[in-house]
Amino acid sequence: MSVIRRLHSLMQNRKISPQELTEYFLKMVQEENPRLNSCITIADKTARKQAEEAAQRFEQGSYTLFTGLPVLLKDNLCVQGLPATCASRMLADFVAVYDAAVWEQLYSDGAVLLGKTNMDEFAMGSSSETSFFGPVRNPRNETLSPGGSSGGSAAAVAGGLAVCALGSDTGGSVRQPAAFCGITGLKPTYGAVSRWGLIAYASSLDQIGPMALCAEDAALLLGRISAKDSRDDTSRGLGQTAPLLREPVTGKRVAIVREMMEGASLPVQKAIEDTVQRLHTLGISVTEVSVPVLRYAASAYYIIACAEASSNLSRYDGLRYGHRSESPAASFHEFVCRNRQEGFGEEVRRRILMGTYVLSAGHHEQYYQKARKVQSLLRRELLAALEQADILLSPVCPAPDFPAGKTLADPVAVYQTDLCTVAANLSGLPALSTPSATWENGHPVGIQLMARPFADGDLLQTAYWLETTGTRPPYPESVRVLMDGKEEF
Amino acid sequence: MEYELVCGLETHIELSTQTKVFCSCSTAFGGEPNTRCCPVCLGLPGSLPKLNRQAVEYTVLAGLALGCGISPVSHMDRKNYCYPDLPKAYQISQYDVPLCHDGRVMLSNGRVIRIERIHLEEDAGKLIHESGRTLVDYNRCGVPLIEIVTKPDFRSVEEAREYLELMQLTMRYLGISDCKMQEGSLRSDVNISLRPKGSEQLGTRTEIKNMNSFTFMERAIAYETRRQAAILDAGQCVQQETLRFLPEENRTEPMRSKEDAQDYRFFPEPDLCAVTVSTEEVERLRAKLPELPQAKQNRYRQQFGLSEEEARLLARYRKIAEYFEAVVSHIQTPKNAANCILGQIFRRLKTEDDKERAEIPVSPDALAELIGLLESKKMRIDLLKKTLETMLDMGKGCMELLSPEDLAGISPEQLESLCRQAIDENPKAVQDFRSGKEKALKALLGAVMRQCRGCADAAETEELLRKML
Repeated sequence: MSVIRRLHSLMQNRKISPQELTEYFLKMVQEENPRLNSCITIADKTARKQAEEAAQRFEQGSYTLFTGLPVLLKDNLCVQGLPATCASRMLADFVAVYDAAVWEQLYSDGAVLLGKTNMDEFAMGSSSETSFFGPVRNPRNETLSPGGSSGGSAAAVAGGLAVCALGSDTGGSVRQPAAFCGITGLKPTYGAVSRWGLIAYASSLDQIGPMALCAEDAALLLGRISAKDSRDDTSRGLGQTAPLLREPVTGKRVAIVREMMEGASLPVQKAIEDTVQRLHTLGISVTEVSVPVLRYAASAYYIIACAEASSNLSRYDGLRYGHRSESPAASFHEFVCRNRQEGFGEEVRRRILMGTYVLSAGHHEQYYQKARKVQSLLRRELLAALEQADILLSPVCPAPDFPAGKTLADPVAVYQTDLCTVAANLSGLPALSTPSATWENGHPVGIQLMARPFADGDLLQTAYWLETTGTRPPYPESVRVLMDGKEEF
Repeated sequence: MEYELVCGLETHIELSTQTKVFCSCSTAFGGEPNTRCCPVCLGLPGSLPKLNRQAVEYTVLAGLALGCGISPVSHMDRKNYCYPDLPKAYQISQYDVPLCHDGRVMLSNGRVIRIERIHLEEDAGKLIHESGRTLVDYNRCGVPLIEIVTKPDFRSVEEAREYLELMQLTMRYLGISDCKMQEGSLRSDVNISLRPKGSEQLGTRTEIKNMNSFTFMERAIAYETRRQAAILDAGQCVQQETLRFLPEENRTEPMRSKEDAQDYRFFPEPDLCAVTVSTEEVERLRAKLPELPQAKQNRYRQQFGLSEEEARLLARYRKIAEYFEAVVSHIQTPKNAANCILGQIFRRLKTEDDKERAEIPVSPDALAELIGLLESKKMRIDLLKKTLETMLDMGKGCMELLSPEDLAGISPEQLESLCRQAIDENPKAVQDFRSGKEKALKALLGAVMRQCRGCADAAETEELLRKML
């Protein structure tokens, strides 16, 4: 049984009340957060109110699977009345004035928001160490980074502070931290989930994704948040994937992406090999496919992402909201420059400058337009590969993890490790990171599955079946206690 | 050296859609500052634009009215620049593929002005400068604008003015904008260059931005022409720059850095899908086009025999034109309706707004009924005028105001007896007439008219008198 279903059953059968469940996880958050720094805001007051509301719904019989479920949201998602900082000094005091679509949906089902999670500043990073509020620690191994940019959400779920969370993924920011922390993370097909209320990094690449302890929970969460939203012109919605999880996967065709194996470290290679064996036992054939244009994928990604980011972040000038410098300015221009220089961290400033450069006259054609052409070719090659196979298998990252602090030293080296994950964002394809049975440095090594647009269900189904072969890591202690049915909480 | 003026216009027109172009805020003019805003038009973090389909339809209507082709697939682009009235620090506009392209307009002197493109974009907020500080009002932010760009086909100030007035009239006719320059719903930038008469090459152009009155535009073009001519006469080169017009000093001056060689870093707007307009939709909108002002004026002159001035004035206001046509459908001589409207009715519609609104207390049917009495000779023109005044004052129909005597007119027997009486009482006039003095007939006519207080028809009476003499 999945964790979400288990908790729901406990509340439904009056074994535990929503208030007790919320207190339980709030206590975990209070205790563990100082060590992990996974949450920027702990919303204890509103969480308790929401738990009360959830209890009433159980009383009245008007509850759903998500009623009383404690969740966490990445701090680039707007929740009215709570800070939405994007882990940046620029928005440190910014309080959202409306709800993100994904929270509207969860809240309307009676979910409980425990808090907002820490991240790389403005979602730009692969380690959750560029945060203005300090770095996030990996609960599996505190010498490691939890990955990024949704490191706070990943660490919280892996550490048992909540059973599930939402992150955002622009170039791998849900999948890579899921892999580094040993949980399941999905980047849905572009357009499956509304971006209304997601503070934008790169509009054509961003998607909100579920981060959970098992494939079924990810599927259930995805089912609740995916919808066509009239406020987001790029949203299409997605059908329910959870009902199909248990359908047999025999006969599915999987192909390993050759170019993504280049430079893979030994543990990662082992994880892939082990996965292949398990797929065979499930009656799935595994071949290999080549996607040559992947060689340029990371470059194309950074050009496009930084270009869009430079435009999306231009609005932060300190005039209407956001950081305002104490030093007086002699002109509007100077005012804006001071606020931005002070409000943004180094990585954000680096990407804004890069993005402005690649869009500027004289460079637009050779960088931005060329990157768009590469993007178009990549999508074509991947879709062609997905005619020969149903699912593409690859590492999430050439390395199983990063040591804490490594990424700040050499940003460009880190950019290149995004090679495996950016392809899905560039092409709009769904992609998932699931733990393999290979462990390294105290955590399972993650592997990535990719599928055709709107075939998110295929990914979750395959991950579910892999779990049945024994790849799912043990749940964190706080969750194990609830799953095992012990009465003392 | 004789120079030829070469001029192009970029005109911005605010569309009078119900709501803004990317959100559901009201587009109403004025209001308390920053009360017609929402996360979308303020560009708050996490907000997304959603294209208002009515704005697309209005743009297509404008394109069709100006003879443009409509792009079946176009898209929105981001125009990136930093200014306090632009909350996202980019304007969502259209760059490489506009909604409408390649139209044309003919002016009264036969000149064809080619419309290069019409595209849809969002307006910025308004800066208010007062007591040493600057305030920003974002109410206007996100109001839909269409930008109409002509090729440099203008050759005189008068042509530019006529074109702009035609744009104003056309958009009002289409009902897509009230085009009030004083409220900013019609603004124009002018590109001007000079070249030696006879040359085919274009000279260096300057751009005068944001002219918000017809007169200022005329004066600005005139000034700039003189300024450039002086530079060229001195053998120097005109600098390509952006200027503003200072009305009090009647001159242009370079604008400060905002517009200097800006690199807008255009790229397609990722938050909006492509803008598609099907052929069915284009035809549906084409069928909705009203008769346009130039066509209407021509028809009034040809079909109704009105003068150029009468046709121009009646066609200038769509509702007046509709009123006029409604009256004309029930009477014999359109000129009668024109006279009533352009005379007495216009006297009561004092302002341009009044004429646009055309709230006339007399319905077209009521006016037609009154004119009908004139045309069937039951009434003379002075009684008509008097009655019309009363009708406009009281909103009553003419039959309520007129007595049977007023309408009785003169029976043939009465007329005959009056003529006989006039003849009898004016022997000298009779004699004069019989000896060839045509004018003497008028005296007899006058006598008859005096007797019946002008109730007889002059032409009929004259004829009868002639017969009797």
